[in-house]
Amino acid sequence: MAHLDVKNLSFRYPEKNILTDLSLHIAQGKITALIGPNGCGKSTLLKCMARVLMPQQGEILLQGENIHQQNTRQLSRKIALLPQAPISPEGISVKELVGYGRAPWGNRWGRLNNTDHLIVNEALAYTNLTDYQNQDVSALSGGQRQRAWIAMILAQQTDWVLLDEPTTWLDISYQVELLNLMRKLNQQGKTIVVVLHDLNQACRYCDELIVLKAGKVQAQGTPEEVLTPYLLKETFSLTAEVHTDPISGTPCLFAK
Amino acid sequence: MMKASVARQNRATRQAILTRQTMMLSLVLPILLCLSAFASLYMGSLSFSDALALDFIISDLRLARIVIALLAGAALGLSGCLIQGVIRNPLAAPDLMGVSAGASVAATVLFLLFPALSLGWLIPVAIFGALATLGLLLLLLRHSNLGPTQLVLTGIALSIWLTAFTDWLLVSHPQQTNAALVWLTGSLWGRGWNQVWVLLPWFLVFLPCSLMMAFKLDLLVLGDETAQSLGVDVVKTRRWILFLAVVLAAVSVAVCGTLSFVGLIAPHLARLLVGGDHLRTLPAAAMIGALLVLIADLFARTLFAPLELPAGIFTALIGAPYFLFLLTRYRGW
Repeated sequence: MAHLDVKNLSFRYPEKNILTDLSLHIAQGKITALIGPNGCGKSTLLKCMARVLMPQQGEILLQGENIHQQNTRQLSRKIALLPQAPISPEGISVKELVGYGRAPWGNRWGRLNNTDHLIVNEALAYTNLTDYQNQDVSALSGGQRQRAWIAMILAQQTDWVLLDEPTTWLDISYQVELLNLMRKLNQQGKTIVVVLHDLNQACRYCDELIVLKAGKVQAQGTPEEVLTPYLLKETFSLTAEVHTDPISGTPCLFAK
Repeated sequence: MMKASVARQNRATRQAILTRQTMMLSLVLPILLCLSAFASLYMGSLSFSDALALDFIISDLRLARIVIALLAGAALGLSGCLIQGVIRNPLAAPDLMGVSAGASVAATVLFLLFPALSLGWLIPVAIFGALATLGLLLLLLRHSNLGPTQLVLTGIALSIWLTAFTDWLLVSHPQQTNAALVWLTGSLWGRGWNQVWVLLPWFLVFLPCSLMMAFKLDLLVLGDETAQSLGVDVVKTRRWILFLAVVLAAVSVAVCGTLSFVGLIAPHLARLLVGGDHLRTLPAAAMIGALLVLIADLFARTLFAPLELPAGIFTALIGAPYFLFLLTRYRGW
């Protein structure tokens, strides 16, 4: 099984420790949410998993292999990352952007062959962007733009997808649309690790929650196991009641 | 129905834009280059009745000078395009980062202290100076994300500091000051085939190297995190591209002195004309850089003939206002 193991990971910036001796295990085929208060290190952990950041200690193993010792291009065929604030370049069409997702598979000039075009068109159709494919990315609405980035990741054809706060800045309707898209990707067989701020959304859409606080794992398990008034008090200093979401049957918190 | 027709229209506009960009790249720019080259060849301060002298002037002096203008301008255009792409900073350019000043200091040292050394040494020494400056700049900015403000301010401070060294060297060696001064302001005066042969090999090696980086630059523009996730080794690639850019700038400085702002303007115009796909932007920036230097040199030679001005004065005259214009546009930071 292709699972991801984080072992004794430490990451620090010169003036601050972010992650300290952190270990966890993420199983394949699930949607796992990283949650925790601001500055707890969840984004940093995600970036270490995507090999954007290099930890000072510890290792991250994908299928038993240390990702920090793998070739960048090889790894980019296994793990894709949607950063928190991706830069939308000017003068690039939606189709060109999605085509960049083929970079790990294509040649050094980045020109697409027939197979690539097919995969790109599929990704566009999957994200309902076929009609917008020739528009400039910078001309899209926030929700459309986020879908375009998802389409790029789809074209990358990786088994693992890491999403760093994909719903931030989006209107509520687009948030739901994006989370449903995330669930659809998961049903296709992709393993998803996502940083989310909204705990109720995390409970609704994710199979597993990992709670971080001050660079350490506070709790890990299903939403039912993890989201308790005690944990909310301990981790977020929040007094809250936990009820059952009438629609999804998952835990749902109400602050007092 | 509506959607389909809108999509078709979009596609048509997009294709029109693409054809316009291809036209620009493969026809308009090359034709402009040829026209200015011919104009340069046949315009000058002297008109000759003696056919022999004319032949000498045209083929020996002016032709060599045109070739140098083309190569140096193209090198600066490429250098600016590489730098702006790799640090995603529209205000980055070799002269604004102090790299040109670094090459100048090193070349001036060679010029004044070791006048006996041959011309071939000039380029390696200039490259060394430029690379050392880049190293210093990156060291100073090691905790920053190389944002526009910090980079430009630090670069300009570094530039002024290095220029002070150059001035000090000039003042302390008054007997050679004149020749060095003419070279430092960015002039093509007195350059001949000797310099062409020194310049050409560097250019022929580094032009293809730069073009090979085109797609990686496209990906780097999406941000470090996205580029890394798409399989680009960001740190290694950035280092290599900066190296290419610095060498190209240094080579041009070694032969022509500092031609201010060419490395800043050429990539901007290139993106305006052919868009952001670097496989188009890089060659376009090279051609525009060549065109700018060629035209600046033509004006420098002919406007106040027989008095000759350094071409660098003209590039600065056009460049500084353009830079100010850009500053007002990027108010966001």
